[in-house]
Formats: sequence, C-alpha cells, structure tokens
Amino acid sequence: MKIGVVTFPGSLDDVDAHRAVTLAGGDAVALWHGDHDLRGVDAVILPGGFSYGDYLRCGAIARFAPVMAEVVEAANGGLPVLGICNGFQILCESHLLPGALIRNDHRKFVCRDQRLRIDNASTAWTGDYTVGDEVTLVLKNGEGGYVADDATLDRLEGEGHVVARYLGANPNGSMRDIAGIANERGNVVGLMPHPEHAVEPLCGAGTDGLAFFTSVLTSLADA
Amino acid sequence: MTETRQLDTVKHATVNPDVAQPWAELGLKPDEYAQLGEILGRRPTSCELAMYSVMWSEHCSYKSSKVHLRQFGERMTDEMRKHLMVGIGENAGVVDIGQGYAVTFKVESHNHPSYVEPYQGAATGVGGIVRDILSMGARPIAVMDPLRFGPLDAPDTARVLPGIVAGVGGYGNCLGLPNIGGEAVFDPSYAGNPLVNVLCVGVMRHEDIHLANASGVGNQIILYGAKTGGDGIGGVSVLASETFAEEGPVKRPSVQVGDPFMEKLLIECTLELFAERLVAGIQDLGGAGLSCATSELASAGEGGMHVWLDRVPLRDASLAPEEILMSESQERMMAVVEPAHVARFLEICAKWDVDATVVGEVTDTGRLVIDWYGDTVVDVPPRTVAHEGPVYERPFARPTWQDSLRADGASALSRPTTGDELRATVLRLIASPNLCDKSWITDQYDRYVQGNTVLAHPEDSGTVRVDEQTGLGVAVSTDCNGRFAKLDPFAGAQLALAESYRNVATSGARPLAVTDCLNFGSPEDSDVMWQFAEATRGLAEGCEALGIPVTGGNVSFYNQTGDQPILPTPVVGVLGVIDDVTRRTPIGFATEGQQIYLLGTTRDELSGSEWAHVVHGHLGGLPPAVDFKTEAWLADLLINASRDGLIDAAHVLSVGGLAQALVESCLRHDVGARVWLPDELDPFVALFSESTARVLVAVPRSEEVRFTDMCTARRFPHVRIGVTDGHGPDATLEVQGCFTLPLADLKAAWSATLPAALGG
Repeated sequence: MKIGVVTFPGSLDDVDAHRAVTLAGGDAVALWHGDHDLRGVDAVILPGGFSYGDYLRCGAIARFAPVMAEVVEAANGGLPVLGICNGFQILCESHLLPGALIRNDHRKFVCRDQRLRIDNASTAWTGDYTVGDEVTLVLKNGEGGYVADDATLDRLEGEGHVVARYLGANPNGSMRDIAGIANERGNVVGLMPHPEHAVEPLCGAGTDGLAFFTSVLTSLADA
Repeated sequence: MTETRQLDTVKHATVNPDVAQPWAELGLKPDEYAQLGEILGRRPTSCELAMYSVMWSEHCSYKSSKVHLRQFGERMTDEMRKHLMVGIGENAGVVDIGQGYAVTFKVESHNHPSYVEPYQGAATGVGGIVRDILSMGARPIAVMDPLRFGPLDAPDTARVLPGIVAGVGGYGNCLGLPNIGGEAVFDPSYAGNPLVNVLCVGVMRHEDIHLANASGVGNQIILYGAKTGGDGIGGVSVLASETFAEEGPVKRPSVQVGDPFMEKLLIECTLELFAERLVAGIQDLGGAGLSCATSELASAGEGGMHVWLDRVPLRDASLAPEEILMSESQERMMAVVEPAHVARFLEICAKWDVDATVVGEVTDTGRLVIDWYGDTVVDVPPRTVAHEGPVYERPFARPTWQDSLRADGASALSRPTTGDELRATVLRLIASPNLCDKSWITDQYDRYVQGNTVLAHPEDSGTVRVDEQTGLGVAVSTDCNGRFAKLDPFAGAQLALAESYRNVATSGARPLAVTDCLNFGSPEDSDVMWQFAEATRGLAEGCEALGIPVTGGNVSFYNQTGDQPILPTPVVGVLGVIDDVTRRTPIGFATEGQQIYLLGTTRDELSGSEWAHVVHGHLGGLPPAVDFKTEAWLADLLINASRDGLIDAAHVLSVGGLAQALVESCLRHDVGARVWLPDELDPFVALFSESTARVLVAVPRSEEVRFTDMCTARRFPHVRIGVTDGHGPDATLEVQGCFTLPLADLKAAWSATLPAALGG
C-alpha cells in the first residue's frame, strides 16, 4: 500500500511519518506541496511542522497549496487522510474537519509524553485499537487548543467523532479534552499528538502510536 | 534624504586624504587606524573603515584571545589528530565517527543580544550556529543550550529567562532540530549579563565536507537566502549619521530578527545543492555579515574577489553601502559556484523559494574589490581584513584577592549531622534553583523531531542516532561550574572538561572531541585576563591528558555589569561516539531489585559546592581535585559495561553530589531505593561532596558478578551502596540510619521551584 506524505515548506515531521509508514509495513511516497499530483497513493498523511512558517494562523496558507486541492477532492471521495499536529490544523483550515486549533491556554510551547484514551476505533486510522485503550504519544505544539462551538462539540461527541482525548491534566486547553477528531465518514482524522513519534522503543514515547499506521493498511486491505 | 550623500569611493579617498573619520566610535584604537593607512597606502574609504572596524573587533578577530587559543593547536598530539578531519579555523571542526560518517559540532555565544532582546537574541543565536554547521556540508541534527541567569528571584530574571527560553525553543522547534540538552544555572554574577550559549551538531558523509574558500578564477559568488535589511547594524550607524543629510537615518535596531522558516528552507535548499555537487566553497553570513563572508572566503582562497554590492537584494532600499556590508540580517549564505553550475544552483533555490543572486566572482588580482553602481568603494588585500588583524598580548596578573578567596574554605561552615538535618538538607538542595527540575524550560523544546533522539535532558548526555540501520550514534554534553572556575580558573576549566567527558562516557559513548565557549569579563581587566589565560591553559592540558582535541569554539569577552565580571564560565562540550545506540545507558532506575554501586572515591570536597552556595551563600576554598587518568579509566569501564550489557542505569555525580544523583535516578521512573552509606565516610560528606570521577550505577542481579569482576580486574574503586526497591506512588528513598523520604515528597520539592518562580 502506498501512503503519501506531503512536504510543505516548513514541514518538519515528514521524515518521521515516512519512518512510521515503513515500520508499519507500508510504502511511503513523498508528495510535494507544489504539485497537483497525489501520485496514485492509497492514503495521505499531512505531517507536523510549521508550514510556510505559520506566521499567519497555523495552516491558513498551507490549505491553498496546489496539492491540497487534490487532497480535499480525494478526501471527499473517501481517501484516508491523517493530519498530525500542523496537519490537523491544515485539515481544519481546509474545512475537512470542523473547529479550529488555537494557542495553548498557558501560552507556551509544550513537548511531553502524553497519555490519551482512544474513543473511536472505527475510523480508517484507528481500527487496530479498541475503544478505551490508553496510549502514550508525543505531544508537541504551541497552538494545540481545540475549539469549536457547543453545537459542533455536542455533535462530535454525540455522533462518536471524537477519536482521542487527553488523560490527566489538559495540556493545552482543548475543549472537552479533545486530542483528535474524525469526519463523519471516518476516513479523515486530525490528531494533535504525534503517533509517528511512538513507533519504536528506542526513540520517542514507546510504540503505542504504530497502530495508527497499521490501521490504515488494514482498512485499505479490507476495502 | 534631501540631498545626495557623497559616496566615499577609493578615488575620493585618495584625493581627499584629510577627512576626519569616526574610527574611535567604531571601536578602533589610534594605532589600529594608523595601521589601515599603512596597509592601504591611503586613508580607508568609509566602507573599508566599516569592514576593518567590525572584522578587527574582539568578537570577529579574537585579538585578545588568539595568543592563548594557539595552545589548543600546539598541544595537539597524533592521538588527538587521529579522528580529526578538519580542525580549528574552519567554521567548525569535523570528526570521523566511523562507517563513513563525520560529525561537526560547535558551541557559540549570543550573550549580549539576548540581554537586550531576550527572544530574538536567543533565537538568532540558534540560527547562527546552525548555519555554521550547515556550511561545513553537514545536516544539522540537534542543538543544546547552556544558559546562565541571575538569581531566580531577581526581577530581571523574570524578564530575561522566559524570553530566552521561548526564543531558543521558537527558533529550534520551527527548524525541526531536537534540543537534546543544555544547562540552566543561576548566579548573581549573571544578573546583568545572562549567558546564552548554543551548541549544534551536524552529520555528513566523509566525501561531503565543504570548506569556506573562494578558489577557481571565474567562479561565481552567489548570495542566497533572506534579503538584506537594516537589522544588526549596530555601531556602524555612526558612519551613516556622519554622511547622511541632516535629518539623519532612521534608527536601526542593533539586535537581529530571526526567521526560522527561512532558515529551514535554507537548510533543505543547501543540502540539495550539496547533494548535486554544485558548491565549490561556502560560508554563512553571521556577525559582520557580507564584510566577513566576502573577506574570509577571498582570504582563504588563492586569488581575489570582485563584488558588485548594488546587486545585493535589499529589504530596505535606503541602505547605504556601508550598512549593506555590515548588516547582520539573518538566514543568508554565500556560495562559490563554477559558472557551469550557476543555472542549476539558481533552479534549486527557486524550488525552495529562496532568493539567490550572483553578486561577484573570483579573480586573480589578490584583492577584494567591491563596487557600488560602477564606483569602487573597497579595494583591499583580503587577508588583512579577515586573518591578519591585530593580535594583542594583553597584560594579565593573578588577582590580589585570589589567595584570600582560596584560603577561605568550606570546612569552617556548620554541617548537618542528625538524620533530620540531613533529610532537611536534601529537600532544601533539590528545590534550589541550580538543582531543581528544569522541565519548565525543557518542555518548551521539541526533543523528538527527526525521530532519532535516544537520550535528552535530563539525561547525562544528549544522544542521537546517526544511522538507523547500524545504530551508530553520537552523544554530547556541555558543562561548566563557574564557581569552581572562580576559585581556580585552571582547575575550573579542567573540571568542566572532566564532567562533560564523564557525562558522555556514562551514557555509553566514547569521547572524541571538544568544543568550548569561553565566557569571561573584560580582557582589558588584568584579573579577567589571568582567569582567561589560566582557563585556556587548563583546558589545553586537560585535552592533551585525555587525548581528545578542541575542534572549534568561541570566545565571549566583556561579560560584566559595570566593572563586575561574571564568574569565569568556560563552557566545555564533549562529543562521543556510540557504535550501537541500543546500548546507551540512561540515568533512571527502571526496575526494582537492582544493585546500586558507587564507583570512584569520595573525599571531603565541599568548597565551591552547591551545598555551600545554597545553605551558607559561601564561595571560597579549593575546588575538587581533577585526575584525568582516573577519569579516563572510569570512562573506559563505563563504556565497556554499557557495551556488554552489565549496567541498566548510570548517573554522574557532580553538582549536589550523591544525594542529587540518587534523587534524580529515583524520580526518573518513580523507582525507590534503599541505600547504606559507606562506613568510613561521614554521612554528610558521602551525600553532598562533589568529588570528581564518580558515577552511580544500577546493576541487574544477573550481571553483578561480571560487573564486580570487571571493576576488580581494572582495580577501579567500587562499593555496593544499595538496592532499588519499590515502584510507584508509595516508593521511598531510604538512606539507612539517616532518613526515609517518600518519592512523592522529593518530586514535589524538586519540581515546584521553577513553576513557582516563573508561573505555571
């Protein structure tokens, strides 16, 4: 299975996403922000980083990158898309996911190993988990506070589109402790913590994140 | 501007010899200015004056330190040269780490800008050292930040510290470079002069080393990266104010402003240029901007260089040529490119949206000639600007107060004796600013990006995997105890080297090379100059004793408030290689039932200790003794124990002594310990002495015999002092016969200090 990883100018965790896909058994394919071309991939990852420097709102410029036109169209057609950190911000800016991510409530960048609970194990990216699984991933962001209006939050919770929640102290002021959400179809997932930094025992926060990448391979194989 | 300013061309300078020039305001001494007349055979133009003044400044020319720094080269033995591929003199030294890989690393200061503007000063400190590493041909893979601040409760620390930390993090995080370690040390002497030192490590294949020189007549000089603006011009504005019309120039900020996004593009773009072998020579633009880059490239090459300064892309069209030469605008590089490669070079820059402009070419004239719209404004022998500046033998003398300071040892200070007193002392010390949990700072740094971080703060060294297939990696540590250096600068530098070396070896890596950032007060003060001379001599002798070379570094003088210099602070970074990073040794106790051994010999050495500082506010006496033979012996033992899988954890004993090491090893994974102190030692000395060449290790029971056999065979002092015991919320640290402390209490005391002072 070919999993595309988009590199925007300022993407940082693209190499890590490549590594995670490879360790999960997939073929990582590099996609370039300036190309109107998804190179026939079976799924797409928008990695972490500071696309275009994120001097404006995070992800606000990346959504206009040529490749995003293809990503949006393919996502609406059911292509699995995972946005991690900056990728989550880009998915919100692209309106593939509701809500927005704002500056952490304590106004500092935070990097830590973060406990999460998986709340939805039926998306394209979480099928290898079980609801209620407690996992540790790396959280590192300056603008990771998830916000949406009450109606949207009620709908996300009511329809089971919250994918993961923070356990313990809320690290960034995210409403209702939301760490990740999915669209209605479950093919598009945005996640603030970094599963690609929890895929090998030596470097990162253990191996709890690997299942995000095996999940998509499983879901593609089943499709 | 209402009138056109007279351009001070070479021709104009020749026919108007008697113009008064602001050389004193630019920091030149009368004899230095006179020297310019001799070199040029006429007075310098204002552009030349600007170039010489900044290139002959202390910061760029090392004129006060050069005669002392020579020792690092002169004391280099064949053993030290064995792994050295490029030495001092280039942007950074290069060391062979095997398997075809080379690493380059260097630590630099950005102290004064960080005091004026903490965020941007610190941010551009990161940016500058990263470009240094990049210009050797290496991919930067990690940064570290040795920092020094005034007292934690001083009002200005609350201004300076959050800004500096946010700046180091803001720039490094946005570049995608993991921050794997550093220091945060508090002392009143830094209150008006904090230190921001930044270390960067880069990796390359042997065949990819690039050097900063402009050779090959006809080769093109390409300036690429950010446009040149009016930031960081500093003192040179006096030139503009001399020559501009009445209303004068706009006040320019003297601290540069960083754009990490541009630097990230510059890194990826430059690495792609290297990969396609399009670069004949390269230099980053840092201090002194284009003046430095053009003169250093030309000076290191065999010919000359012709530059058309009016081609430099500007952010501010009103900049005068003097200012363009001086501007320290960040995120710029200069490359020497063969004519056949220029088109492809520009194409790759365009792919990364990086501006690139041919601004000059290599000539055979032996002169650096710079034109401004058809008029020549600079015509100089480049070596006189870059490499043959003034050299001073500054007078130095042992300070009159040194003997009385050294006579006032810690032995007269009252010591805790009872179990309760010792218990209270442990809690007080671990909560003190220098020993407390630093995660308020380090949680603002991305330590994971690039996915190769094996160990990061608060581990003894930062360890990064270099090759994912073979597991080859490097470990780096930086250290310096300025109080020890004040008591004895020779020993202080050696103690910094010894600790950094021990940290790297304790993580399981074999030390290979040294970088230093020598932070001192004014070289015009003979006391300070003595401290500097002693410290460099101590470091050079120490490196020779350990057989590892200084590959590069930086000197920062004039760190003082009024006439009060900072503690002498020779920060020493040591880099080591580890063949298989899965064999690294972390500091934390991870499992119960392991044997705890103390390696090394504990003496009553408490002068200059953290205990004397925190409890008595005392500084005096002699610092702990250094013995490099023992350090090397211990390092070899630890490296072998790690390689053979005999130890599961190891933690260096340094500031705060055994008590601090035990607390940190326990709190890492909330694993408790039962400890009995060696009978022959006074419990207070055993817990708080800062004797060198000591390490705490945790040995699995299954390996205990092999481990002790190894220590015995090597005749290294080792004593079992305890066992790991208990895990989780109820675990304790019990020092038998003295006290039992719940880990929860230790953690609460240790971790509350910085949030309480700086806000959650």
